[in-house]
Amino acid sequence: MTGAATMTETAVTITVDGQPVEVAEGSTIHAACVQAGIDTPTLCWAENLTPVNVCRVCVVELEGSRALVPSCSRPAEEGMVVQTDTPRVRHSRRMVLEFLGSGVDLSQAEDLHDWMEAYGADPDRYSDEEHPVERVDEPVKVQDELYIRDYSKCVLCYKCVEACGDDAQHTFAIAVAGRGFDARISTEFDVTLPDSACVYCGNCVGVCPTGALQFKTEYDLREVGEWRPEDQTVTRTVCSYCGVGCNLELHVQDERIVKVTSPSDHSVTSGHLCIKGRFGWQYVHGE
Amino acid sequence: MTDIYLGADRATDAEAAAVDEALRDRGVDAVVQPETERLYTSGRSRRLERRHYLLPALHALQNAVGWISPGGINYVAEVLGVPPAEAFGVATFYDLFRTEPPDHDGDTFHVCVDAACQIAGYDDLVASVRASGGHVHLGSCLGQCERAPALFVQGTGGRPDYVPADAEPFELPQAGDPSLRLLRRIGVADPESLESYRAHGGYEALQRAGEMGADAVLEAVAASGLSGRGGAAFPTGVKWRAVAAETGRPKHVVANCDESEPGTFKDRIVMEHDPFAVIESMTIAGLATGAQNGWIYIRGEYPLATARLQGAIDAARAAGLLGPDAAGTGHDFDIAIWRGAGAYICGEETALFNSLEGFRGEPRNKPPFPTTHGLFGEPTAINNPETLLNVLDIILDGPDDYRTRGTERSPGTKLLCLSGQVGRPGLYEVPFGTTLGELLELAGGVAGTGEFQAVLMGGAAGSFVGPDSLDLPLTLEDTRAAGTTLGSGVVMAFDSSVDMTDVVVRIAEFFRDESCGQCVPCRVGAVRQHETLVQMQKRGSLSPSRRALIDEMAEVMVDASICGLGHTAASAVRSALSLGLIASAPS
Ligand SMILES: Cc1cc2nc3c(=O)[nH]c(=O)nc-3n(C[C@H](O)[C@H](O)[C@H](O)COP(=O)(O)O)c2cc1C
Ligand code: SF4
Ligand code: SF4
Ligand code: SF4
Ligand code: FES
Ligand code: FES
Repeated sequence: MTGAATMTETAVTITVDGQPVEVAEGSTIHAACVQAGIDTPTLCWAENLTPVNVCRVCVVELEGSRALVPSCSRPAEEGMVVQTDTPRVRHSRRMVLEFLGSGVDLSQAEDLHDWMEAYGADPDRYSDEEHPVERVDEPVKVQDELYIRDYSKCVLCYKCVEACGDDAQHTFAIAVAGRGFDARISTEFDVTLPDSACVYCGNCVGVCPTGALQFKTEYDLREVGEWRPEDQTVTRTVCSYCGVGCNLELHVQDERIVKVTSPSDHSVTSGHLCIKGRFGWQYVHGE
Repeated sequence: MTDIYLGADRATDAEAAAVDEALRDRGVDAVVQPETERLYTSGRSRRLERRHYLLPALHALQNAVGWISPGGINYVAEVLGVPPAEAFGVATFYDLFRTEPPDHDGDTFHVCVDAACQIAGYDDLVASVRASGGHVHLGSCLGQCERAPALFVQGTGGRPDYVPADAEPFELPQAGDPSLRLLRRIGVADPESLESYRAHGGYEALQRAGEMGADAVLEAVAASGLSGRGGAAFPTGVKWRAVAAETGRPKHVVANCDESEPGTFKDRIVMEHDPFAVIESMTIAGLATGAQNGWIYIRGEYPLATARLQGAIDAARAAGLLGPDAAGTGHDFDIAIWRGAGAYICGEETALFNSLEGFRGEPRNKPPFPTTHGLFGEPTAINNPETLLNVLDIILDGPDDYRTRGTERSPGTKLLCLSGQVGRPGLYEVPFGTTLGELLELAGGVAGTGEFQAVLMGGAAGSFVGPDSLDLPLTLEDTRAAGTTLGSGVVMAFDSSVDMTDVVVRIAEFFRDESCGQCVPCRVGAVRQHETLVQMQKRGSLSPSRRALIDEMAEVMVDASICGLGHTAASAVRSALSLGLIASAPS
């Protein structure tokens, strides 16, 4: 959703980095930043999901507020004065990225790499030889041929939980379990996906920003060093399994479909699919 | 809600019976909720249905068989319409629930490892419990800091929970002092008798409030200058007026009896020894705000307080002081008790709502605030029991009389929890403005070596002060100006013999253990802070770069965390460093 006000909506004007920005009432500060052309990192936010505002990488300084506020969820209110590039904001963003990198494997969280560089995040400075820090270190869960779960890459953005639950799938196969640093995305009693409520819609895979959830095809190719996004073509098509008309994006490498995504701005799917659209192509290859 | 998928595991008869009984009990006692779509969690709305019975159902399973089994989860999931993955996510959030089969028979002996019990030597207690074959679980403050080291026994096989120390006779250190206001009935009125409570002035305030009407009660509370005693010191009159102004939706009054701030035990003593006062003051809050639903969320480690409150509710209801047209005020009001299950964070008001509603006790982002979006997303006045207690005198004697005690900006009296190395640890009541030195004197001075090293003010979320603070007047304004806090009323004293590094490292570990894990600054920051201090302890010093790192971590926790836990997680640590209580120079 962009924040631009149309004629019929009430508009509010806020100041972002000294610049007045007019957005529709109900838009977030983040939407105002986007409209003003101010690049703002996000991690737990997605266009097609309800904001959970947990990662805190999008924080901004709001005049009159003691703490920084999450721009992704805070509605813009008339007259707000927001700063997005102060030392406090930069410090918090840098520390959030650094904290994440110090605890989990961000090697495939490509969206974050530029931000980490931009904010000078150095996740390695917490540990030394003598004093290793606690990290999330779990074996990869390979429980079927469709997708894998590698929670040592999980940043706990809650996106998969939301996609599996209220925001798309209404299956509720996974939830956050445990507390604090031990919190993990899990099925009940960590049962395998085939034993859980999972219907393999792959919507969780579609929203995961870090590669913690990954198509098995992608995982296998990465394992042998053959994952080459630069050699992949993406073809848009409409799913033919039923009459709903979901848009599919087929990612093809070496003439094989290696994953299927759906555009998150699509009016029918909002980026979410079912097992047939998401994984049906496996049968194309006769697997 | 979609159909719920359940795995193959089925509950045993004992498990099913325990859950059924817990729900049957609730069916009679619970405040009835209309089954409409109005549950709201961090912007997510869900059908309420019976989800808020999840916590009582999990308690029933845990108590019946000593853990929450896959079959038990499936049974609860089916009965309450909660997806098993979510029920498991809730069960694993709490310290009092196990999701693996117990490796021991019998009850679990919870021993506190926080500061007061650290210096009282909890190891000896652990050794003696183990020697008699008991299974020990080490954990956070149990709210019995004045009688450290603390023990709470969690029953299994249907046996009740209990606290051995509850069998001891109780006396307030200030017993008989005519200046006592909030504590005047404690040890005087029989906590199990409504007649006794009435004989000591009980229910006069509610009757007066009924005659005054809601607006006049709101006016009196606002004029008294009463502020919240749960830690944040928010003006109670403002909060109540905001709830009173909301119309068209069900409204709630919640007593926040989760009391888990290390060093705090005041609410426990009030609830155990003056339970009717909590019930009466909640009823007044209901009348004033127009809320009909009262909830007590009490920490799971307080069995005696829970029993006494339940007894008080039952007696009040039988006497027409709760229920339709409560006490003839024309206002309908009833109260249900929900037990927490071992999570400090559930004292944070929005985490408490989520926990009570049957979700994980994760705080919500604010705004919106509880006065408009509280329990079940509805307008809610949530208060600490000590806050509520003050209302009785404000109604009976009027705000002007109330303001004769304390200072202009901190009117009234304050309950203070004295623990650690003082002559007579326990619960004290003094007017705001009493100095720290006077208070310590009242409590028998510094015990142990007799030489005073530091005082922890406000608990783990508060800060240390040194001997130069004895003249500090205990008011909201003076403590704030001095860079410390009264918080929940913790005053924990340390003599010169205590190794403060042990104490501070444990405080850091407390936040690591108790962080809900939702937001990055606190989930990871609390761990890194603790690791840095453990390193310091091993090395015996803190390098300049590590010292700077502590400040850098503190800054992001204060600035970018979702809730007060993250905001305060570095406060005691930093105060200990700046007072030189712990190693600061590289060796
Ligand atoms: C981590 C955390 C724990 C808290 N624990 C408690 C508690 O146990 N009891 C309490 O009354 N308030 C607690 N609070 C404060 C509540 O959020 C809230 O401010 C209070 O219940 C409001 O009541 P009052 O205005 O009467 O103080 C806690 C806050 C935080 C951030
Ligand atoms: S594949 Fe679909 S049903 Fe399975 S866990 Fe992911 S979102 Fe839920
Ligand atoms: S698995 Fe992926 S989508 Fe789910 S919480 Fe972790 S990082 Fe987010
Ligand atoms: S600050 Fe800590 S306790 Fe509060 S929401 Fe964040 S992780 Fe949870
Ligand atoms: S993107 Fe805003 S908090 Fe995560
Ligand atoms: S009971 Fe041990 S510190 Fe409170």
